[in-house]
Amino acid sequence: MTSAIINRETMEQTPITTALAVRNLSVFFGANEVLKKVSLDIVPRAVTAIIGPSGCGKSTFLRALNRMHELNPEARMTGEIRLFGDDIYARAVEPVIVRRRVGMVFQKSNPFPTMTISENVTVGLRLNGVRDKRLLAERTEQSLRMAALWDEVKDRLNTAAISLSGGQQQRLCIARALAVQPEVLLMDEPASALDQLATSKIEDLILDLKKKYTIVIVTHNMQQAARASDFTAFFYLGELVEFGTTTKIFTSPSQKRTEDYVTGRFG
Amino acid sequence: MTAANHKLRNFKDALMQIVALLCAIIVVTPLVLIFYHLIKLGFSSINWAFFTQLPGPVGEPGGGMGNAIVGTFILLGQAAVIGVPVGVLGGVFLAEYGSPKSSGWIRFAADILNGVPSIVWGLVVYGLVVVPMHGFSALAGGVVLGLMMVPLVMRTTEEVLHLVPAGYREAALALGVSKWKTVLQIVVRTALKGIATGVLLAIARVAGETAPLLFTALGNNIWARSLTQPIAALPLQIFNYAMSPYDEWHRQAWAAALVLLLLVLFINIGVRFLTRDRWKAKI
Repeated sequence: MTSAIINRETMEQTPITTALAVRNLSVFFGANEVLKKVSLDIVPRAVTAIIGPSGCGKSTFLRALNRMHELNPEARMTGEIRLFGDDIYARAVEPVIVRRRVGMVFQKSNPFPTMTISENVTVGLRLNGVRDKRLLAERTEQSLRMAALWDEVKDRLNTAAISLSGGQQQRLCIARALAVQPEVLLMDEPASALDQLATSKIEDLILDLKKKYTIVIVTHNMQQAARASDFTAFFYLGELVEFGTTTKIFTSPSQKRTEDYVTGRFG
Repeated sequence: MTAANHKLRNFKDALMQIVALLCAIIVVTPLVLIFYHLIKLGFSSINWAFFTQLPGPVGEPGGGMGNAIVGTFILLGQAAVIGVPVGVLGGVFLAEYGSPKSSGWIRFAADILNGVPSIVWGLVVYGLVVVPMHGFSALAGGVVLGLMMVPLVMRTTEEVLHLVPAGYREAALALGVSKWKTVLQIVVRTALKGIATGVLLAIARVAGETAPLLFTALGNNIWARSLTQPIAALPLQIFNYAMSPYDEWHRQAWAAALVLLLLVLFINIGVRFLTRDRWKAKI
């Protein structure tokens, strides 16, 4: 996997452009402060893994990156997040626009049961007003190829999406997210409900996708974080404990709590 | 644990089972009796003329209830036009838009409306439609049945929308799809069979209403010509014929009751057909 990682030494020294710049992000659900003053920079075209024990705020952090946490009417945030320089919480910015630029894949695969495979891929485009049949067909193939699903489904694009296996469904969801051409792809434990083989396919896919996309992935699986990511952020009790290159976090973390967690002593 | 205890417990167990069985039989018996009587007394009067002809003059055999059958379908059609959009969108509001507080109040209101006696509905629409229009009309009949459908459709729609997993809403919203498109194209579409079921059950429920039609559609003995004129309906015809002193009309009333019951039965069979693979398709 080392070949997949860009030269980390230079990256740490020179300032690099940032896909998502998070500054002093706090998220509250009612009176409960779930995230506390988190600041970190997500590097473009790389995979950033978010790890930490259950309830540490990692899913909330992920959802704050495309304003999905606002679905909870009690949610409130302070701080700032800039997506390639644009403040995504600025007053004039609609969450809908943010979510088109920052796509998301969920833990439980959720292809729409009323739609075929190709309809699922293009649903984001169609519901945003795209009618051009040729463009839709083009985007279907392109997205399914990127999600490494094309060869398995190209002969049955018009069959129900729920006829696919669990792993295929999750890759279909990835294709669906890619079809609207987001700049960043968020993944919330995308492989936790899948078997070994399907998981390794998703991991290969992640390594492939980072050539084009910025990826932020929440995972419970330490091996997965170590295998698939370039950077790792360790969250604990709503705080960002440590953030650095994955090699550093897993081989020489500077915090005792990080070391205890990645070595499996707690969590 | 003594042997006596054990015996007593077994006895209670058996007793409970018998009581439950008896109650189940009590539930089914009326249905069997109703069908038995309707078929015995009504079936002989069902023939081609019954479905195609107007009611005959008193004392003459023959004639039919073609106008009442057509009238019932016209009334139910109007009711659906009013009750389905309002009920479905109201249910969408309850499930997708309302705050817990506002939804709570509206849900409470809908539940009370479901319990309002049908004759009260009839009086309300009499005041709202019949009086201003200076006459009984098919339109007033459609309005009253439609209004009665609204709270029924609303509550079932809300319930089936709640059954749609939150993951589908999130997936659509995460694609940058707006909320109303997510609700209509994803959530409602996923729950469509359940909503259709609720609509059919509501239609079946109002199909047999008589009291509200007495104050609105009134009934008549001619073919329906205009929505602003009174219109015949099966329940009204049953009511009028059953109250009459003529044997021939009594037989026709039994036949009409049988037809009405079969209509409701077919709607329910349609519901079973729709719900057949509802759970399979959900996951």
